[in-house]
Amino acid sequence: MVVRTITGDAAVAYAAMLARAEVVPGFPITPQTIIIEQITEFINDGLMDADFIPAESEHSVMSVAVGASAGGVRTFTATSSQGLALMYEMLFAAAPSRLPVVMAVANRSLGAASGIWTEHNDSQPVRESGWLQVYVEDNQEALDMTIQAFRIAEDHRVMLPIMVCLDGFILSHVVEGVDIPEQSLVDSFLPKFVPLNVLDPKDPFMINPVTPPEFATEMRYQQDRAVEGSKQVVAEVDEQYAALTGRRYGGLLEEYSMEDAEIALVGVGTWAGIAREAVDQLRAEGKKAGLIKLRFMRPFPGEELRRATAGLKGLGVFDRSAAFNGCGPVFTEIRNALYGSGVPVTDHVAGIGGRDITVEVVREMYDIVERSARGEKVRECTWHALRGEQR
Amino acid sequence: MNRMSSMKDVPREDMLIHGHGACPGCGYAATAKNIAKMLGPNTVVYVPASCLVVFGALYPTSSWKIPYFFTAFENTGAVTAGIKAALRRRGVDATVVGMAGDGGTFDIGLQALSGAAERNEDVIYVCLDNEAYMNTGIQRSSATPFGAWTTTTPVGQVVKGNRSFKKDIARIVADHNVPYVATLSVAHFTDFVRKVQKAKETKGFRFLHCLTPCIPGWRIEPSKGVSINRLAVETGMWTLYEVVNGVPKVTYKPKSIVPVTEYLKLQGRFKHMSEEDILTLQGWLCEKWRAHYGEEPGSPPCPVPVHEEVLAHDGDPLYGI
Repeated sequence: MVVRTITGDAAVAYAAMLARAEVVPGFPITPQTIIIEQITEFINDGLMDADFIPAESEHSVMSVAVGASAGGVRTFTATSSQGLALMYEMLFAAAPSRLPVVMAVANRSLGAASGIWTEHNDSQPVRESGWLQVYVEDNQEALDMTIQAFRIAEDHRVMLPIMVCLDGFILSHVVEGVDIPEQSLVDSFLPKFVPLNVLDPKDPFMINPVTPPEFATEMRYQQDRAVEGSKQVVAEVDEQYAALTGRRYGGLLEEYSMEDAEIALVGVGTWAGIAREAVDQLRAEGKKAGLIKLRFMRPFPGEELRRATAGLKGLGVFDRSAAFNGCGPVFTEIRNALYGSGVPVTDHVAGIGGRDITVEVVREMYDIVERSARGEKVRECTWHALRGEQR
Repeated sequence: MNRMSSMKDVPREDMLIHGHGACPGCGYAATAKNIAKMLGPNTVVYVPASCLVVFGALYPTSSWKIPYFFTAFENTGAVTAGIKAALRRRGVDATVVGMAGDGGTFDIGLQALSGAAERNEDVIYVCLDNEAYMNTGIQRSSATPFGAWTTTTPVGQVVKGNRSFKKDIARIVADHNVPYVATLSVAHFTDFVRKVQKAKETKGFRFLHCLTPCIPGWRIEPSKGVSINRLAVETGMWTLYEVVNGVPKVTYKPKSIVPVTEYLKLQGRFKHMSEEDILTLQGWLCEKWRAHYGEEPGSPPCPVPVHEEVLAHDGDPLYGI
């Protein structure tokens, strides 16, 4: 075990190296760029045995990735924001072709108001692309989940691509102490990739031919069952990784101070770190506050959320992007999952375009949830820390 | 493995077999089938959106006897590069070929093509050029010749047919300094065989540009594809050449230039062309002949009569200043 003080991007690059990714197509985009820079350094220093393919666009990056994965090797790449948008078409080729590509997404706001800072409006809109999605809270989790992502994606019960989403700059560019596991430990956890369907002249095979209506529904249904089935694999992989490293993340979601909680917030990303602080403060004040750190948007833990929120008097959802139905995408998913459960749910949008979320802002969220729990009429969806007259 | 130098050396076993859904007389299918059998069984083929995606394999059936992959339209250069990298790492020494149409190469696929060529990816890129988006129903591409009717260059009351000239894609690829670029026509089959052989035995990025007549798109008789391909070379509409490590060489030169009207009159897509438009196209071909063969094309049809535009005074006192 070696602890290094590194950025979240570097942590992801270490994970790709330790996972022995063999083909890494890449294209620079802030705030992901450090990942591919670090990987090319590993390769050119002889530390990593992989082909780096500097494609001429992100569309081609994902095209190279699906080609390499269909060719039967472990494939890794990384992107952000506009890059993910440019890949959009190819995301929908990777998933139904059942190609377990692992991709880090350093979350960054997409489009105007143009910026390079974090927002989840790049990765949230593609949660219907068939990719699995995990969101991480710190650099250690970024490394651990990138390694775990290969195990989950390449499991023959799953065979789906996966995005490891880390908040841009907040993680991608900020250094933290990260425990970098030994190569032997990672090798014992992550065996060599055994592809199911390979483009190999010895056993001719067609992948993704034009599929008429007589068959397309079944193919899509299999995809849907594979995403659902990946829940079990996520839980198993979390246990096995914990047994080796002592780090357990809870699988699909993590509960914090939820045992006797009456009010709680739920959300993804680095926000959870600030929310923990807010919960601690509220608990010190005698309030029964809890936190659910939602880790996976796909597979979406609907049943698990119903269990975790059973008996709550109020639940708030944190959203770092908008769905333009007045609320955010995580809220839309969670309210759907909790439909009929009787738990009142409100939405709390904050941190757009990389704006800092302070403990005070999170406490504001808890305050609204608490009032809602008391039966007070509150707004269903609140945009927090708005400036000036829009408040 | 035997080198192929003529038709008798071509393997008998097809890799794109009968039963596919191409039109009778399809030049695209004939070219793809011949290249596939020449590359042989140790080949992986990637096909982007094109007629070949539709007629070559429709789940659960396939005419391909070699591994086949399809994802999208514009990424032949990139996907083939990924496949090749994976096979190399797995110790599989196989040919990776991408077979794209003119739209997927000249237009939407140009960026990925350029990237793969510049990185000298070890793949064969075949452009099957039927001079329009035939799969979607005959829309103009930047490979469509001047004057041709397509469904997006219709013959209207004012504008009749395509107003721009065919893009010189082989030259663009050759300017990436790749090991091998060649232009092919099934009408010159020995030349065709030798070029596929050279591509097969060369390492690095190889580009084969093939003229493939389209029966409904060109509005031609199903039996006329090969004759029309031959006339394309005789009239200068198509030049047979190759560029080996940057050195260009014409591989077949017609004895003399044949007037373009001989080529046009067999194809419904050109039947509306005005005399003026035909002269414009002929003039372009005379220039091309000089550039490609380094000699003056014969008279007639070259040079074309020069049209002096008579400039009328429009009453503007500043006219001509």
